[in-house]
Amino acid sequence: MELVNIFIKSAFIENLALAYFLGMCSYLAVSKTVKTAFGLGLAVIFVLGITMPINWVIENYLLADTGPFGTDLTFLRLILFIAVIASMVQLVEMVIEKVSPPLYNSLGIFLPLITVNCAILGGSLFMVSKEYNLSESIAFGLGGGFGWFLAIIAIAAIREKIIYSDVPPALRGLGMAFILTGLMGMAFMSLMGIDPSAI
Amino acid sequence: MAETKVLEKKESGLTFGKAERKLLTDPLDSNNPITVQVLGICSALAVTTLVSKAFVMAIAVMFVLAFSNLLTSFLRNSIPKQVRMIVQLVIIAALVTVVELTLKAVNYPIFKELSVFIGLIITNCIIMGRLEAYAMSNRPWRSFLDGIGNGLGYGIILIIVAVIREFFGKGALGGFKIFGPGVDFLVDTSAISWLSWYAPNNLMVLFPSAMFVIGILIWIHRSWNPSLVDIS
Repeated sequence: MELVNIFIKSAFIENLALAYFLGMCSYLAVSKTVKTAFGLGLAVIFVLGITMPINWVIENYLLADTGPFGTDLTFLRLILFIAVIASMVQLVEMVIEKVSPPLYNSLGIFLPLITVNCAILGGSLFMVSKEYNLSESIAFGLGGGFGWFLAIIAIAAIREKIIYSDVPPALRGLGMAFILTGLMGMAFMSLMGIDPSAI
Repeated sequence: MAETKVLEKKESGLTFGKAERKLLTDPLDSNNPITVQVLGICSALAVTTLVSKAFVMAIAVMFVLAFSNLLTSFLRNSIPKQVRMIVQLVIIAALVTVVELTLKAVNYPIFKELSVFIGLIITNCIIMGRLEAYAMSNRPWRSFLDGIGNGLGYGIILIIVAVIREFFGKGALGGFKIFGPGVDFLVDTSAISWLSWYAPNNLMVLFPSAMFVIGILIWIHRSWNPSLVDIS
């Protein structure tokens, strides 16, 4: 039950995209059509779900002062986390290419983009600052990925429709996407502060 | 062979001509990292609640950008194509760690306030974007200038957004209260009625307002420079 609460909290209440505004670069760049947004969203769920527990193990068994080196190595956190993320993305890309070529064709181009998606690194850093345990961090990763997935699908759907509206030329495209995301963020703000364990 | 080497040396000298100046001024307007290239949005949104935070962030990004461009450009011929992402990330991560530890030592309160966002400079797409687009195919000195230029373009937008947000959200600038209720700095704002009429708008401190401010900045920028308008 505790894990379900963390999942719901990270997906809706502390949504990585709309409450913390992480991963905005790819969020704005790849949300022109629902189809591509769907692919990127799935890839983000996948990579967040994998990297979160690995980074948790690194943080708690390698870098902590109780680890094999006996000293506090947390200053290496950033380098190790990003190396894990980059190599996991590369690995996932290779595995998907071998196992399921159709999935690779639909996800392929988005996977390298994910390395520099700050939602992934941000998620790992939040996991550290929130002091989750292993199963909680998996729930947090999957929930955060799911929330990001929902957000990018929603903005892509709105952007597909807004093409037919009469937007001032200078505001078309990017400018409108910013303002729409702001409005969506305001909507998500109303969820903030809800404690799912109290319901 | 010897001749080409001499030529190379001449070109890679630390000259500062028209092309170099363009590297510095282009990112300020027609090739701005935030409003045109749409890179590095996350940090631009999160750290712009206070001018002081935005200023520190702009300096940090400019430092990392300039030196990662420089280092990558030095190494560009010896990095294998397949693992270049990881090599670039390690260079960036090392520089970011330097910035993080320096800031922690020099100004701890600001470090606490910026929290994860200093670490997130690593995944700031401006840096990866410039490494891929410029430093991997250009000489060190020019890459360095490109880094400085893009850092400036990023910093200027960051500071404009932060000024707007702090002014309307807190009635203050750089930490000094100039509007709204409360006593501070130059004048007693609660005594002079025309200075205390404004009630700070909390929405401006929250995330969505940054989206609106940047959206409107893009609007202004594009009406000013119609060649940037996107047709789709």
